[in-house]
Amino acid sequence: MASPFLSNTTISFSSSLSSSSLPRLVPSISSSPIRFKSTPRRILTVRSKIREIFMPALSSTMTEGKIVSWIKSEGDVLSKGESVVVVESDKADMDVETFYDGILAAIVVGEGETAPVGAAIGILAETEDEVAEAKAKAASKTGAATPSAPPATPSPAPAPPKPTPAPAAAPVAEGPRKTVATPYAKKLAKQHKVDIESVVGTGPFGRITPEDIEAAAGISPSKTNVGPAVVAEAKPAAPLKATAAAAAPSSLPPPVPGSTVVPFTTMQAAVSKNMVESLSVPTFRVGYPVTTDALDALYEKVKPKGVTMTALLAKATAMALVQHPVVNASINIAVAVAINGGLITPVLQDADKLDLYLLSQKWKELVEKARSKQLQPQEYSTGTFTLSNLGMFGVDRFDAILPPGQGAIMAVGASKPTVVADADGFFSVKNKMLVNVTADHRIIYGADLAAFLRTFSKIVENPESLTL
Amino acid sequence: MHSTLSFSQATTVPRSNYAFDSHSPAFALSKPINLRFCGLRREAFGFSYLTQSCSSRVRFSSRGHSKKISASTGTNGTPPKSFDYDLIIIGAGVGGHGAALHAVEKGLKTAIVEGDVVGGTCVNRGCVPSKALLAVSGRLRELQSEHHMKALGLQVSAAGYDRQGVADHANNLASKIRSNLTNSMKALGVDILTGFGTIWGPQKVKYGKVGFPDNIVTAKDIIIATGSIPFVPKGIEVDGKTVITSDHALKLEYVPDWIAIVGSGYIGLEFSDVYTALGSEVTFIEALDQLMPGFDPEIGKLAQRVLINPRKIDYHTGVFATKITPARDGKPVIIELTDAKTKEPKDTLEVDAALIATGRAPFTNGLGLDNINVVTQRGFVPVDERMRVIDANGNLVPHLYCIGDANGKMMLAHAASAQGISVVEQVTGRDHVLSHLSIPAACFTHPEISMVGLTEPQAREKGEKEGFEVSVAKTSFKANTKALAENEGEGLAKLLYRSDNGEILGVHIFGLHAADLIHEASNAIALGTRIQDIKFAVHAHPTLSEVLDELFKSAKVKAPASSSPVSEPVAV
Repeated sequence: MASPFLSNTTISFSSSLSSSSLPRLVPSISSSPIRFKSTPRRILTVRSKIREIFMPALSSTMTEGKIVSWIKSEGDVLSKGESVVVVESDKADMDVETFYDGILAAIVVGEGETAPVGAAIGILAETEDEVAEAKAKAASKTGAATPSAPPATPSPAPAPPKPTPAPAAAPVAEGPRKTVATPYAKKLAKQHKVDIESVVGTGPFGRITPEDIEAAAGISPSKTNVGPAVVAEAKPAAPLKATAAAAAPSSLPPPVPGSTVVPFTTMQAAVSKNMVESLSVPTFRVGYPVTTDALDALYEKVKPKGVTMTALLAKATAMALVQHPVVNASINIAVAVAINGGLITPVLQDADKLDLYLLSQKWKELVEKARSKQLQPQEYSTGTFTLSNLGMFGVDRFDAILPPGQGAIMAVGASKPTVVADADGFFSVKNKMLVNVTADHRIIYGADLAAFLRTFSKIVENPESLTL
Repeated sequence: MHSTLSFSQATTVPRSNYAFDSHSPAFALSKPINLRFCGLRREAFGFSYLTQSCSSRVRFSSRGHSKKISASTGTNGTPPKSFDYDLIIIGAGVGGHGAALHAVEKGLKTAIVEGDVVGGTCVNRGCVPSKALLAVSGRLRELQSEHHMKALGLQVSAAGYDRQGVADHANNLASKIRSNLTNSMKALGVDILTGFGTIWGPQKVKYGKVGFPDNIVTAKDIIIATGSIPFVPKGIEVDGKTVITSDHALKLEYVPDWIAIVGSGYIGLEFSDVYTALGSEVTFIEALDQLMPGFDPEIGKLAQRVLINPRKIDYHTGVFATKITPARDGKPVIIELTDAKTKEPKDTLEVDAALIATGRAPFTNGLGLDNINVVTQRGFVPVDERMRVIDANGNLVPHLYCIGDANGKMMLAHAASAQGISVVEQVTGRDHVLSHLSIPAACFTHPEISMVGLTEPQAREKGEKEGFEVSVAKTSFKANTKALAENEGEGLAKLLYRSDNGEILGVHIFGLHAADLIHEASNAIALGTRIQDIKFAVHAHPTLSEVLDELFKSAKVKAPASSSPVSEPVAV
């Protein structure tokens, strides 16, 4: 035993007077040498000095222990602090020592057998005279409950809701068929104290699967460890977790025969996760019609220089944002891009500080990187305001979901010729584009957004400043 | 190749033996030893051959064949000086390969006979492809361990695998190593003779492919290195689909939901690691009372706690799988268990698949050993400590050696190679006896298990017999910086040693990269380095090797360190 890190730690077991109705003393968490004392109880009138040796809880997760070996045998005289028995827990083997002097009158749980934490594993008599009595007691113990049996604690607390017995659904009765349960199902049954005989197996050949046990124990199925894994766990944000957890089981539809399940790609899983998270943000929406004739004219002019409408809009947004810092403190404009099998929002950092042409060039690079999946995290995760344009599809207006962590998202529809009446009552046809901003009402209020949109509209209607 | 084999056995061999016996009964009776390699024997052999080929000309219609025979009779007449080769190795597995490379280095003209594929079991159906599967299972298990990932601050979603992709990885690795092996031998000028090799007589090997004429080559020395095949106990029906051996499992054609693994040794344990990582549930069936027999009991116990108990594995110990029926007619695989002691039926299991990992049987059938009066023991070729083959009368067969799984001394690829090198040393004039105690063994589970030398019970037994005290030192991976950095602190290294003189008796490691760590100990044992000296060796910090460093330092040896090997200070 050269190293202090090894498993043979020494632990004293607790024991109490058997004749009194003392609460069992079970250590909750134990590390290296600890002694458990039943101190104040000493005062009680002691009718018999027969003590039970209990299975100690050697770790916080231990529910039962196996007797590796009895260091002492029946009839041995024990003195306080001596190692009596070696117990194997789920983690390690430990020597357990006695806290009392006495005689090991009887061994209730033999070597190699298992007993639940707190069960009597041996009987300690204080004097020779009591040995016989102790033995009788031990005999009754062993008779009452075979210690090797699984921890069938006498009080089967709130019994787990059994699956509504459906005998008709049970596999064709072939007389007394033996129960077949998979290794993991057996483990789970033990863990959740489910009587495996009472479970109807639904697996192949009527075998009991881990899912059957989980259903019987009334717990939601744990995620399958392999295969189509559902969305990653949400971050510790408390309310989110509940939503996500609630959403997870329901998102698994009953399998359709002949169908195949296509697992999410990492990107799809991430999108899914972010979308669910967005439900926790209180959002509101404000729409605004913008006349784009001037912008369209400008676009025609700058198009040959490689400027796209997205870049123009991004620049206009950036310039409007500068005037409305409440909507966005730093001008990092994310622009949603649909790519094969997903959606990503590359970020134009400090969009207000770049001129239109540089911005266009930068945008081009980002889109190329996005398509080849080579974006660096800071190139898609640092956005503070998102621009989403579906105008090229002819969509006239839509409503965007605010990505978590951002203040607002602007949904841009197509610019369409519209009949408008001006203040003087003259009708004319102008190109109108509907933009719709979704914002987080925790930080941005309606008036802020409306003011921002008015500024944006003015910039678009007088776009000369964009090229400056 | 099997057809050639039975053919040659059924017709040629008994006939020649018969002819030999009937023509020279006096020799056979009076001086059986000399007969095997003296000139007379050669004549007798050739003569019998002629008789045989004359008498059965009708059946042996191949002209090439008879030509060869006359050619070989021709050479038989010449003195044994003119061998075709200095050394012929039958079997191009890892053992044969190791021997061939060393033989070339020693200047021997070498040929290697292979009837199947170069690389043998290890490369094609053993250690190599299984390492590919284990590399996958290790990563997958790590990625799926939410707890472990979280502790490292990593977020991984939806770790999954593509079965065919995994299988291809294993297969590609095997082909790559196989071509490496082939090329290394070709580059060195080792002749690779394709065909099934048979001992045709003293210093003579016959080889040939099915449907082709046989060739006979002579060599000064011959090494048998034919290896082994999976052992399947009787009563078990292997169909290659639902009841399989490691040969099939390595192809990973199917990942069953529930697989029973018969045998909990290295092979079974490694496959349990693979299958559970890929999502299967596993049931071990072990004939002995303990899982993982053969490992040091303490290591076995710890390994069980880490590799078995928390995983989706259960087990039946002390039982034989006496009957296994593959899945068919809508029924699952049915396994009948019989109590190992009482021999009474105990239980019946219904599973989706069964992997038979009950060990390996030597592949020596049809090797023509009866031509030289060698009787195998349970299939193993009997050898002495120098790998020299022993015949039925307990005498050494000159110029014939057997290495690797075929002799059963230590059924490990690297042991075979070491034995081959030892043989080459002997035939090139340097006596060499291989110490098997210094050969390490490893099991590539996650974490790995490795060992060298004696287990604790063996060491104690030896200590009692030879009258020395066995001491034990242990260190934990929990105290190792690198292991903790990897968040893999689970593990133990154990040293068994003599406290009086510091001799290392055995080292057992369970923990991260244990298989790589063992070599410091195995080299120390091989070179006879004592603990009091090796404890002064310096290890880079922080590395896993410090686990062993600490292990040696924690040993309490009475003997003083020997004087430093570096006597003069060296400037750096």
